[in-house]
Amino acid sequence: MRCGIVVFPGSNCDHDVYHVWKHVLGEDATFLWHDDTHLQDSELVVLPGGFSYGDYLRAGAMAAQSPIMAAVKRHADAGGLVLGVCNGFQILCEAGLLPGLLMRNEGLRFLSRDVYLRVERDDLPYTHRLRRGQVLRMPIAHGDGLYFDRADKLDALEKNGQVVFRYSSPDGKVDAANDEWNPNGSQRSIAGIANRAGNVMALMPHPERCAEALAGNEDGAELWRSVAESAVTSGRRRAGSAR
Amino acid sequence: MTAVLDQPQVDVALAKQQGLTAEEYEQLVEVLGRTPSYTELGIAAALWSEHCSYKSSKVYLKELPTDGPYVLQGPGENAGVVDIGLGWVAVFKMESHNHPSYIAPYQGAATGVGGILRDVFTMGARPIAVMDSLSFGSLDAPRMRQLVDGVVRGVGDYGNCVGIPNVGGETRFHPCYDGNILVNAFALGVARRDAIHKARAAGPGNPILYVGSRTGRDGIHGATMASEAFSEESAHKLPTVQVGDPFAEKVLLEATLQALKSGAVVAVQDMGAAGLTSSSFEMAARGGTGMELDLDRVPLREKGLGPFEIMLSESQERMLFVARRGMEDELVRIFHRWDLEVADIGRVSSTGRAEVRFHGEVVADLPIASITDEAPVYRRPVREPRDLIVRQRPPAVPPPDDLAGTLRRLLDTPDLGSKEWITRQYDSTVRTNTVLGPGGDAAVLQLKGTPLGIALTCDVNPVYCALDPCMGAMQAVAEAVRNLACVGAEPVGLTDCLNFGNPENPEISWQFRESIRGIAKACRALEVPVISGNVSLYNETAGQSIHPTPAIAMVGIIPDIRQLPASWFTTAGDRVILLGDDRREHGGSAYLRLLHGVEQGRPPAVDLDAETKLAELLRLLVFEQWLHTAHDVSEGGLAVTLAEACFGRGLGAELEVSLDPAQLFSETQARAVIAVPSKHVKAVLQTAEDFGVSARDAGKVGGGKLQVKLSGGKLAADVEELRQVWATALPRALGL
Repeated sequence: MRCGIVVFPGSNCDHDVYHVWKHVLGEDATFLWHDDTHLQDSELVVLPGGFSYGDYLRAGAMAAQSPIMAAVKRHADAGGLVLGVCNGFQILCEAGLLPGLLMRNEGLRFLSRDVYLRVERDDLPYTHRLRRGQVLRMPIAHGDGLYFDRADKLDALEKNGQVVFRYSSPDGKVDAANDEWNPNGSQRSIAGIANRAGNVMALMPHPERCAEALAGNEDGAELWRSVAESAVTSGRRRAGSAR
Repeated sequence: MTAVLDQPQVDVALAKQQGLTAEEYEQLVEVLGRTPSYTELGIAAALWSEHCSYKSSKVYLKELPTDGPYVLQGPGENAGVVDIGLGWVAVFKMESHNHPSYIAPYQGAATGVGGILRDVFTMGARPIAVMDSLSFGSLDAPRMRQLVDGVVRGVGDYGNCVGIPNVGGETRFHPCYDGNILVNAFALGVARRDAIHKARAAGPGNPILYVGSRTGRDGIHGATMASEAFSEESAHKLPTVQVGDPFAEKVLLEATLQALKSGAVVAVQDMGAAGLTSSSFEMAARGGTGMELDLDRVPLREKGLGPFEIMLSESQERMLFVARRGMEDELVRIFHRWDLEVADIGRVSSTGRAEVRFHGEVVADLPIASITDEAPVYRRPVREPRDLIVRQRPPAVPPPDDLAGTLRRLLDTPDLGSKEWITRQYDSTVRTNTVLGPGGDAAVLQLKGTPLGIALTCDVNPVYCALDPCMGAMQAVAEAVRNLACVGAEPVGLTDCLNFGNPENPEISWQFRESIRGIAKACRALEVPVISGNVSLYNETAGQSIHPTPAIAMVGIIPDIRQLPASWFTTAGDRVILLGDDRREHGGSAYLRLLHGVEQGRPPAVDLDAETKLAELLRLLVFEQWLHTAHDVSEGGLAVTLAEACFGRGLGAELEVSLDPAQLFSETQARAVIAVPSKHVKAVLQTAEDFGVSARDAGKVGGGKLQVKLSGGKLAADVEELRQVWATALPRALGL
């Protein structure tokens, strides 16, 4: 599957996603420039982590206005796959492709550590190789990761099954008040969500940082493999795309 | 030369205000054959400051071995370069940002990271890791908790935003830093061997391009400030601290690496200390050329800056490029793609002079070589400290009565407690090269596409250095080699950050001379060249000097990183083997200092032959994949080493050793603890014997307790209980 990785000024996990997609999975990857207006036949668009535009206005706010984002929206509206990681999650919220927003971590400090994630959906293009209730270990590295929305919106999010990952204990217990398990204070321990159609998904932890044995943790690899295989199962692959 | 309006009259009094001595001012007048203009005085004062000229340290720095089979570039460039094999090179350097960080901790520390990153990527290398060596005062000292918080946030926010993992370093707390903290930042980059660029301005007629952030008033005279002792007035020097913009740095990094690949760049240098002055003068000096600069074309942040300020501003995230004539458009295109401002501000000339114009007038016309190469050099008087003999007297070593309690109290200090409160604020895994992050003996990064690993460590024990600067410096080098050996890495080079007090004090100059002697001796014996470094003098406040702190950052190469030992116990049933012998050395130990308030005696003697043998043995054992665990014995002695090894997985150990209780806290060097699967024990012991390293099978890994049977006592402690104390010691000491 051809994966387009958007490079905003200040993106810094772009190479990491490229490495996993191209060298670990052996799939086709390309970089997309923030100023461009087309996606070069990408079937999967990834908005990588980093500090786009320094996150100076508000995390993701300026990147959400980039020329490429109009093309990303069209792609998403047409059912195309869009994955946001960390800063990518913040950008997708700012762009209105996902609900809610990411606020400053509860402890008001940047957090770089491993967390545990409970899988809540295993029927998405991103998660079909995972099992519901399965617990993954993944690194986080962010200052603005507290997922926030109005209570009624959160209720709707849960009702629609849009919560894909929750921060948890190593054995899958969820407790939003426990700052060891829910390190940034996210509401309802939400770590990753999808849109209603399930083609747009984002999470704060970094699956691209735990996809190789040398990293000491391969828990993120199945997420990438899920996406890579999803086009085959869903038949959504576009004519003329690479590979 | 005509005088520009409202420029002050230059005389010796003004020269003194700018940091020159009367003799240096006379020398300047002699070089020029006339009275310098105000701008010329500012330029010369900056270039002749201690920070830029190394005038008090130069005579000693020459003693350091800088050559080796792998060295491609030693000191003198923006950063050193070593060959690491398979067509790759490593580029690294460490630099201090002490004074700015004491005045404005967040910005001072942040811009320290920014500056060292630019030193690395201007060489054409992509930065892949940073580390920092932080020395704070006692946490009860005024402002100290805010300083810790500010520095950690500054280091973190800058590196996190640029996207370079912070993989290690060290943090210490000692009252000698109460009035003068140290922030030393290290950066490592990698490049293909043929992609390295040097900062030599060549080719008269080549355009000089200014790239990056605009020039403002911040940081004017930063270099001069860094060359003075602190006084009450220093607090008013806030405008001399620069403000960092990591986003601008990230963009500059990507654009610079792209520009260097284009073939359109002749030379590039970061506008660091002394800004436009040092970058232009140093590039021209290395190239043996001259420069014409038109300051009217320098992009300014605000109106009203004069030539003096423009030449000396230390605004951050700015680069000076020498472009290949005719290809400048290619560079401009690259910079504009990254939304960076570019200005053509002059030409390389063949005159050997720096001709600087402002409003059409020549405001400076200086012979570059005379100013840079003939900067003053001092061999300052040295004197062994009068109280040294008293401080070196053998200390009384009170025997520990309650061993578990003693160990717990040591682990309950910010010094020996976990530093995770700090490292959790630094992104250590971005770029996905990190194989071993912070917290072990050495950090390890993979070099993607190769089997190679790059190992990094940073070490110094200032308490040892204060008691015997030569031995202390040797110890820092030896410990770095040992830390690298614990992950199987062979050292390829080191960079040093030499932090000392006022060199005009003969006792400080003695400390400096002795430290250099120690580094040089250890480097020769252990075959590690010094490829770059930095000297920071005048680290004192109100006459109170810091301990000599020659921080050593060392880089090593691991031939194959598939299976590395951890620095903690991983597998119950493994045999615990002690390498090296204890010699009851408590001088300068953590045990005496932290628990008994005594900083006395000679520091542990460094046996360079024993260190060489131990390092060679460890490297072989790791290469053979016989080890699950390797952890070096350092501060706190065997007791603390064993405790740390238990914490990683919460696995205890049961040992029996023929040591008395106090020896558990002795800090004899050239020792390590390894854990070996039973099937390899015989081979390991035999190999150790072959290498001439004493090795003892002392017990096994397992259970939830650390138990050590001694001659005349027993240590028995619950690992989880100790771990809790250790893990929370620092945040508790910070009052969090």
